[in-house]
Amino acid sequence: MSLQMISVILGSLTIASALMVVLSKHPIRSVIYLVITFFFISAMYILMNAQFLAIVNMIVYAGAIMVLFLFVLMLLNLNKEMEPETSRLGLISALIAGGTLFLVMITALRDTFQYGKGYTALKTPESGLVENLGNLLFSKYLVPFEISSILFIAAMVGAVLLAKREKQVID
Amino acid sequence: MDTAMLIEKSALVLLLFLISLGVAAYQTYFERKLAAWIQDRVGPDRAGPFGILQPIADGTKMFLKEDFIPAKADKWLFIIGPGISMFTALITSAVVPWGTNLNLFGRDISLQVADFNIGILFVFGVVSIGVYGIMIGGWASNNKYSLYGAIRASSQMISYELAMGISAITIVMLSGSLSLNDIVKSQHGMNWNIFYQPVAFFIFFITSLAELNRAPFDLPECESELIGGYHTEYSSMKLGLYLFSEYTSMFVSSAIMAILFFGGYNFPGMDAFSGNTLAILSIAAFALKIFLFIFVIMWIRWTIPRFRFDQLMHLGWKVLIPVAIVNMLITGLVVAWNQGWM
Amino acid sequence: MESLTNRKKVVSDKPMTLWEKIYIPAIVGGMMTTFKHMLRRRKTIKYPEETRVFAPVYRGQHVLKRDEQGRENCTACGLCAVACPAEAITMTSAERKKGEEHLYREEKYASSYEINMLRCIFCGLCEEACPKEAVFLTDRIVTTEFERDEFIYGKDKLVEAIDDRIDITKRQFTGKRTEK
Repeated sequence: MSLQMISVILGSLTIASALMVVLSKHPIRSVIYLVITFFFISAMYILMNAQFLAIVNMIVYAGAIMVLFLFVLMLLNLNKEMEPETSRLGLISALIAGGTLFLVMITALRDTFQYGKGYTALKTPESGLVENLGNLLFSKYLVPFEISSILFIAAMVGAVLLAKREKQVID
Repeated sequence: MDTAMLIEKSALVLLLFLISLGVAAYQTYFERKLAAWIQDRVGPDRAGPFGILQPIADGTKMFLKEDFIPAKADKWLFIIGPGISMFTALITSAVVPWGTNLNLFGRDISLQVADFNIGILFVFGVVSIGVYGIMIGGWASNNKYSLYGAIRASSQMISYELAMGISAITIVMLSGSLSLNDIVKSQHGMNWNIFYQPVAFFIFFITSLAELNRAPFDLPECESELIGGYHTEYSSMKLGLYLFSEYTSMFVSSAIMAILFFGGYNFPGMDAFSGNTLAILSIAAFALKIFLFIFVIMWIRWTIPRFRFDQLMHLGWKVLIPVAIVNMLITGLVVAWNQGWM
Repeated sequence: MESLTNRKKVVSDKPMTLWEKIYIPAIVGGMMTTFKHMLRRRKTIKYPEETRVFAPVYRGQHVLKRDEQGRENCTACGLCAVACPAEAITMTSAERKKGEEHLYREEKYASSYEINMLRCIFCGLCEEACPKEAVFLTDRIVTTEFERDEFIYGKDKLVEAIDDRIDITKRQFTGKRTEK
């Protein structure tokens, strides 16, 4: 089986599970399908020899963020009766927002077709490995990297502040 | 990939699978014996000499029990839950180097199924998805106690994964590689990481206990508050898989701890041997280390009472993570100094 | 007041010192304690193979004794039933007919004699009260049953068989009482 075949199968599975996220009735099932989608995306990364990205995708998205999603959803009492009725205005605005996103996606896809159809092998197969990634992050992309770390620290400080303030109210 | 290599790897995978299951089964026996000894009892001694067939009796009992699915449960997720737990517990052993190369039939056989260059991250990835088995099973049971167990498991897992990762980073700094094989090789002989990173080991050990849901951190399944937690509604072999996966992951995480801090298969004076003798001795040394870790984990379980949930969170966020970060910073500075970057 | 043992400990709620706050010394201490227990000798008695040695004064299931010629000692005087604090003993008396001299020692005998083993507290007051050396407690254990009424032992279970006497000399006072 060629890599092309694998990538086509993986891609269709990814899209199928991503569709199931939207189509499944129960939010918990949606989250589980989303986790499966992340797995397929990780598999795609491995196919592109980007093992580090694949594993980090698994740890951060599937392992941490989705667990938090599931955590919150489990605490909510989600019944059919509890579901709020969506107004017509909300429906229309959601349609417009979703449609715009869809347009953006299509244009992005159009760009990729310029590089050739289907799976293309990487020019440098080692570019996804940790050493090269680290070298790039700390040389060429040092400034964006550091800026994103500042962003994270700001978010952390914000979270700590929020937690603290809540406590004072209780006291 | 040639056929011989394929056969070799599949044989190794099958062997590891069987060994993991066998070790997990006999861990239950050992745990019961140890609990009995600590409590001045004899423990299981009826099935076979010294009760050595007890795990087989237990397993048979598990299989023969009625397999019950609650009427209001989410049937598919209820079935998938224990499967995920078992799968994640077993798959970690793929990246563990079990010994030096073995020479069989004129071939140099590596005792590691997959030498990932990011092995340690693979372990963390698998550990972080391991909680899904508990969460999905606990939620699908449609029982408040199971749900509480699932919620506790997830919050505990997320809190302790951070400290675990940060303490493991120091090892990566020292050995300069994410591959478990390289980490083991860098600790040749008696040059074990525990002598350089006692604090990191301590944090890693505590967080491992928490990730394993072992006492004193077995809040997701505590009997006294949650009547079994996430596996309250489970019966028969589904319950068996949950219990089994706990013991399997105990085995594998003992192996990981031995690799990261106690030199894996390295043992003092290993240069005197070579070839297959060295391979067998290295496997024995590794097995001994794993056994000692399992012993200590069980010993702790039968000594220390369970934490309260707020104490658990306090320990995780306010003690372990700050200590781990400070430890990581100091290690980073020392490594940078040694490399001449400062 | 002087304390009886030297194990008294004055409890204080002083704030913990840093050494105590680390908890690790305490945990290690606890683990050492459990380790010591691991090496201790087990006190378990493996029941079906080994049995516990009974004390000489053990009081188990009752027996209604016969004399040397195989006649029942009991005369249904009712003193045991009066003495019984749990009111477990009931009996009905009957007169000995002609030709029954080889069965009963005296003219009056108990036509039925029942002890409710669920009420019995095995205090031994019945054997203390018995003037005829008839009822004794033995080292036998009352067996388990599935129904409550099976615990009401009649004469069929209480009276010893003629050819299978129950030896009570080891653990009970059997010397003939002087006052009669």
